[in-house]
Amino acid sequence: MSKTTQPLAYVHSRTAVLANENIDTDRIIPARFLTTTERTGLGKHCFEDWRYAADGSDNPAFVLNQPVSRGCAIIVAGHNFGCGSSREHAPWALLDYGIRAVISSEIADIFRGNALKNGLLAIVVSEPEHRWLIENPGIELRIDVAEGTIRLPDGGNIHFDLDAFARHCLLNGVDQLGFLSQQEEAISAYETRMEQAA
Amino acid sequence: MSARTLFDKLWDSHQVVAESATTPGVLYIDLHLVHEVTSPQAFDELRSRGLSVRRRDRTLATLDHSTPTLPPDANGKRPYYTPEAEAQVAMLEKNVVDFGIDLMGWDSPNRGIVHVAGPEVGATQPGMTIVCGDSHTATHGAFGALAFGIGTTEVGHVLATQCLLQRKPKSLAIRVDGALQPGVTAKDLILHIIGRIGIGGGTGYVIEYTGEAVRALSMEERMTVCNMSIEAGARAGLIAPDDTTFEWLEGRERVPKGEAWNRAVAQWRTLTTDAGARYDSEVRIDASTIQPSVTYGTHPGMVVAINAPVPAAADALEQRALDYMKVTAGKPMAGEAVDVVFIGSCTNARLSDLRAAAQIMRGRQVAAGVRMLVVPGSEQVRRDAESEGLHQVFRDAGAEWREPGCSMCIAMNGDLAQPGQLVVSTSNRNFEGRQGKGARTVLASPLVAAASAIAGRVADPREYIEQEAAA
Ligand code: SF4
Repeated sequence: MSKTTQPLAYVHSRTAVLANENIDTDRIIPARFLTTTERTGLGKHCFEDWRYAADGSDNPAFVLNQPVSRGCAIIVAGHNFGCGSSREHAPWALLDYGIRAVISSEIADIFRGNALKNGLLAIVVSEPEHRWLIENPGIELRIDVAEGTIRLPDGGNIHFDLDAFARHCLLNGVDQLGFLSQQEEAISAYETRMEQAA
Repeated sequence: MSARTLFDKLWDSHQVVAESATTPGVLYIDLHLVHEVTSPQAFDELRSRGLSVRRRDRTLATLDHSTPTLPPDANGKRPYYTPEAEAQVAMLEKNVVDFGIDLMGWDSPNRGIVHVAGPEVGATQPGMTIVCGDSHTATHGAFGALAFGIGTTEVGHVLATQCLLQRKPKSLAIRVDGALQPGVTAKDLILHIIGRIGIGGGTGYVIEYTGEAVRALSMEERMTVCNMSIEAGARAGLIAPDDTTFEWLEGRERVPKGEAWNRAVAQWRTLTTDAGARYDSEVRIDASTIQPSVTYGTHPGMVVAINAPVPAAADALEQRALDYMKVTAGKPMAGEAVDVVFIGSCTNARLSDLRAAAQIMRGRQVAAGVRMLVVPGSEQVRRDAESEGLHQVFRDAGAEWREPGCSMCIAMNGDLAQPGQLVVSTSNRNFEGRQGKGARTVLASPLVAAASAIAGRVADPREYIEQEAAA
C-alpha cells in the first residue's frame, strides 16, 4: 500500500485553550485566502482575523500569541469546532501553523473527516472532561492514538473514540486513495450492475 | 425487506462495499460537481500519481467563487480581485482540458453558482448521490438526491475512483405541519429550523424534511431549505421527489428523454420513506407560527422573528456576538440601520427570489446611503430575469445588477462590505468576517432584504406587501 502521510502515534504537548464555541472555518482560515492552489503556506493566515491587529502586528490578547502558547501543538476548543464550510484549507492551515490535535466536546463532521485525512487529530471528549480541559489551560498532555487515550499530568487518562479505520490510517500513514483504488474490481462490478439495470 | 427511509434507500443502492467494524463502506457517486476553489490540489494529486478521471461523464465543473461579477473591460479583460483569483480560475480552465471534463465556463450560457447551475441543466436528478467540494451541496437534496459536501482530498478520491469511503450517518426527520403565512418564505422556515435545533443540532445526521408545508414548497423553495442543512451541522438534507420535482425537471438538458424519462419517473416515485420506517430522531415544526426571521448574532443558529426582541445573551460568548453585531438584547432587529443589502448566493438567487424582491422594489428607491447588490445565481437566471425586466426594476431603484457568481456570500472576489457595516444578506452564513473583515451580517429572505433596502433599516416586508394589496 502506498504511503503519502507521516504515521502519527503520539502527540505530546501543552494545551492552548480557545474556549469560544462554534469556531467556524471562516475563523480558522478566512475565505479571502482560499485563492491558493497549494496545500502549504496557509499557517501564516490561520486565525488571521483574531491573530493580527489592524496594523498587522500580533494581537497580544489572542491566546495563541501569548508566550504560554508558544510551541503548543494541541488546541482545546469550545463546543462544535470547525463548523461551516467544507474547506480542507482549515486543517491545512492548522497543521501548517503547528497544530497536531484539536480537542472539543463536538467537532463538525466535514472538518473532522478532513482533519483525520491530513493527520490532524480531531478528538471529541465528554462534556465534563471537556470542561475540565478548558478550565486548565497550558497543561501537558500526551495523546496516544493506538490506545485512544489522553494522558493527564497527574497520570490519569481520558479515553476517546476514534473510528477504527481512521486510527489504522493515522498509525500506519495509510493513504486512503491507495486503499480505495484497490477496490477497483468491486467498483467496476457495481457500474456494470447499474448499467444493466438502467 | 423491512420499512426503509428515503435515506436508507439512497444509501443502500449506492453501496459498492458495505462498511464493517474496521473499514468504512465504499459509496458510489453518480455526480461530481467541481469548482475552482476546492479542486486544484486534487487535480495535482491525480497528476502526481499519474491517474486520470474515472468518469468524465459524471463530472461537471463551473466557475463561481473567485469570479468577478463586474463585466470585462473593452479589451475583454475581467476585473479579477487579485492575481491569485485569476490564476485559480485559469487553473480550473486548464485542469478541465487536461482531464477532459465538461466546464460551464465563461463562454457557457449555463455558467453559475454550482448549486444553482447543476440543477438548472438537469444534472441533478432524484435518486443520485451527488458530491462537491462545497458544504452547500446539500442543496441538491431538494430533488431526493443524497448530496453532501466533501473536502479536497475526497474530491481527489471521487475524481480517481468515483467513490468515497463513508460510514452511514444517522437520520433525522424534520416534519413541518401547517402552512406558511403570507410574507413568510422558505428562507424564514429554514432559519427558524436552525434557530430551533441549533447549529450543531444536525451533526452526524442526514435530515429528511417532510410534512404538508414542505410538500407545498416549489422546487426553488425546497432548494433554499435543503441548502442550509449544513448550517444545522447536518451532512445532507433531503426531500422526497414528487410531481413538483418531475415537472421542474422535465425537458432540461441532461435529464432522460422520451421513454427513458417515463421509466426514470416511475423509478423516482419509489423514492419515499416507507410507512413505518424509523428515523434515529424526529423534530416537529408548526409552519403557521413562523414569522419573517433574521439572524442577530454571528452564527446561523442565532435567529429571531423580525419584530421579536433579541434574546438576552446566555453566556459571555453570546454577549461577544451581540457586541460584535452591535445589537441590544430586548430590542427587535427591525429598525436596525442598514448599510448594504445583498441579494444573491446559492440559497436565494434563483428567478423566484429575484421576482419576490422585485415585487417590493418596483417603483421604489433604495434608501439614501444604502448600497444594494443583486447578483443572479446563474447565466440562465440572469437571462430569465432580464427578459422579464427585473434588472431594470433593480436598477431603477438604485441597486447594482451584477453578473452571476457567489459574490458577497463568501466575499472572495472583491465584492465585500467594509468593517462595521451592517449587511442584510440572502446568503447562508453570518460568521464574523464572512462578508469582509469586521462586516456584520444579518441573514434574511429576499423579501426582508428588499424591504430593508428601501427602508434603510431592517424591515418587515409585510408592511410593503400590505401597502401593495391596499393600493
Ligand atoms: S453562493 Fe456562497 S454558499 Fe453558495 S457555493 Fe457560493 S460561496 Fe458557497
